[in-house]
Amino acid sequence: MTVGLFIPCYVDQFYPNAAIATLQLLEKAGVNVVYPMRQTCCGQPMANSGFEHLTKDCNELFVQNFAEFDYIVSPSGSCVLHVKDHLHSEKHEDQAQAIRGKVYELVEFLTDVVKIEKLNARFPHKVGLHQSCHGQRGLGLAQMSELVAPAFSKPEKLLSMVQDLELITLTRKDECCGFGGTFCVAEEAVSVKMGKDRVADHLQHNAEIITGADMSCLMHMEGILRRQKSNVKVMHIAEILNAQEG
Amino acid sequence: MKEGHTKDHAALADDFNQDEPRVNWHDETLWFIREKRDRAAFAIPDWEMLRETASQIKFHTLSNLSQYLEQFEANAKANGITVHWAADAEEHNQIVHSILTKNGVTQMVKSKSMLTEECHLNDYLEQNGIEVIDSDLGERIVQLAKEPPSHIVLPCIHLKKEEIGDIFHQHLGTEAGMSNPQVLTETARQHLRETFLTRKAALTGVNFAIAETGEFVVCTNEGNADMGAHLADVHVASMGIEKLIPKREHLGVFLRLLTRSATGQPITTYSSHFKKPRPGHDIHIVLVDNGRSVQLGREDFRNSLKCIRCGACMNTCPVYRRSGGHSYQSAVAGPIGSILAPNLDMKKHADLPFASTLCGSCSNVCPVKIDIHNQLYKWRQVIVKEGYADPTKTMGMKAMNMVLSSPKTFKLSGKAGRWFMKTVPFLVSNKMNPWYKQREMPQPPKESFGEWYRKNRKTNE
Repeated sequence: MTVGLFIPCYVDQFYPNAAIATLQLLEKAGVNVVYPMRQTCCGQPMANSGFEHLTKDCNELFVQNFAEFDYIVSPSGSCVLHVKDHLHSEKHEDQAQAIRGKVYELVEFLTDVVKIEKLNARFPHKVGLHQSCHGQRGLGLAQMSELVAPAFSKPEKLLSMVQDLELITLTRKDECCGFGGTFCVAEEAVSVKMGKDRVADHLQHNAEIITGADMSCLMHMEGILRRQKSNVKVMHIAEILNAQEG
Repeated sequence: MKEGHTKDHAALADDFNQDEPRVNWHDETLWFIREKRDRAAFAIPDWEMLRETASQIKFHTLSNLSQYLEQFEANAKANGITVHWAADAEEHNQIVHSILTKNGVTQMVKSKSMLTEECHLNDYLEQNGIEVIDSDLGERIVQLAKEPPSHIVLPCIHLKKEEIGDIFHQHLGTEAGMSNPQVLTETARQHLRETFLTRKAALTGVNFAIAETGEFVVCTNEGNADMGAHLADVHVASMGIEKLIPKREHLGVFLRLLTRSATGQPITTYSSHFKKPRPGHDIHIVLVDNGRSVQLGREDFRNSLKCIRCGACMNTCPVYRRSGGHSYQSAVAGPIGSILAPNLDMKKHADLPFASTLCGSCSNVCPVKIDIHNQLYKWRQVIVKEGYADPTKTMGMKAMNMVLSSPKTFKLSGKAGRWFMKTVPFLVSNKMNPWYKQREMPQPPKESFGEWYRKNRKTNE
């Protein structure tokens, strides 16, 4: 099994540690991972802004980069959801369709494909989990609080395998943080207010670290935490699952 | 900003957010209702099946709408109800006006109807010398405040009791500074009772119309629709053509879902059935299209017509809770309004499908399973293609596309961007950058993942 590692553009540029942790986690799980060097972006920022018709070149590039792999794995629920829902190709539609069926977000890949039952990780901190909407409601990484259905959470399952990690509970367990792609600048006021409220829920329950399976939400909350001069940090879930703290 | 509007959703939401304690209060009030909805829904083990059933009944009805409308018309007429058809808001208003004129009515009492808000009926009638008093308490309050409702179920949820006290002091003669809800409610009750007793015509909305029997059902918590309709000689019911359900046996499905989704109550206090006029009494029903058949023809957006106007999507919407209903500038605000309004006027409401993070919570609470967040995404594509996007945004998107579709340019601009952020941070960390206004920029790392990978792992270039 060879996995193509899909690292979203902003993770590549701003959060290489999340990408490195993703790579190392997959390698530790015995997966053969290849990072196609010519990748850029999945096209989500354009598509969610109403410019899906501009994403043709991004799509073709994505197909070129990833068609050959058995699976495609990425540390970002929203980018994966975009590829799953909207990847098309004029030249190779069959390959695009195949990619849509074999692209996975890291957490679901670890729980559903690799079926990891234990992790060699230690992270002795109070951690708050932000259930990013696209991962949760789009990919079904966890049960949604609105639905009358049995509870489950794939990220929580993995976090529970980390030694000495204390997962805090939140008052609003799956409210959106307000990032929303270009929404974060187009609707700056509401976006920031949502982010402040989301962060406050974590702070009230004494989180030391806020984690999640989508770095973009974490980037937004990090910006707010740093403006508030808070000591609370954000870390991608891959970094925690890969942590080996004393 | 667009023609006909002074400000778009983002700008109005920005205004609303100038008073943060008020935003907190608005958010918490609506979240409280979302939690009540959760308790009511989780008390029913087959809730999801109920939603699916409701969704299928509505889908079936919309697929055979003309047939059911004709059946409803025939049965309603047989029951002695006068049936009118209105192609648009204008025609609806004229029909209502002509009914009132024929009956010599210059004062009308009205119960809650979002359709009449959509048609701006009150303004129209007032311009024609007819006084309209809204009898739903929340609607009466916003009417006195000369504001439109900010929520379809809770029209004055944006007002605090102290503000309502001021409005009542000004219009209904309560003591200055009085904000005791009991006193205010009693004042409104006396005021409205006098209205009910003296009006010869009453208008209500319609929650459900049943094709099989030609009857319609009006749901209120205050009984004000009954008070108006029972005391007046003429009852006018305004109904969007999508309110139809095929059979009486389907009603139970919707009545179980409606109020649980809306307010967390097991059922509305009054679910009143109107089937035939009593002797000496007239019932008129106005069946209004106003863009609905156009929406029915838009395959991607057809399902929006399933809406039973419970408002659950507004209560759960993190954006609505923090921007307030008036920022939507549409009779129906929030997520559902954002997929209905562009159908009525795409240019005027081009901002609304973008007033969402596409978090998807709206679709999950919707009792008739409208895929609201997917429709918001699809509206964005339509609006941009029709040319209603901001030109600056279009330019930005084109530039972004150029960078992202070339691996070489992407790498170079990434490197340059990180270098700029580190070396001359004021170029990005300034007031022109909306990200930076209330958030710090990400700290640029010394190398990208791609650069790290090239150094630390075999390359496959």
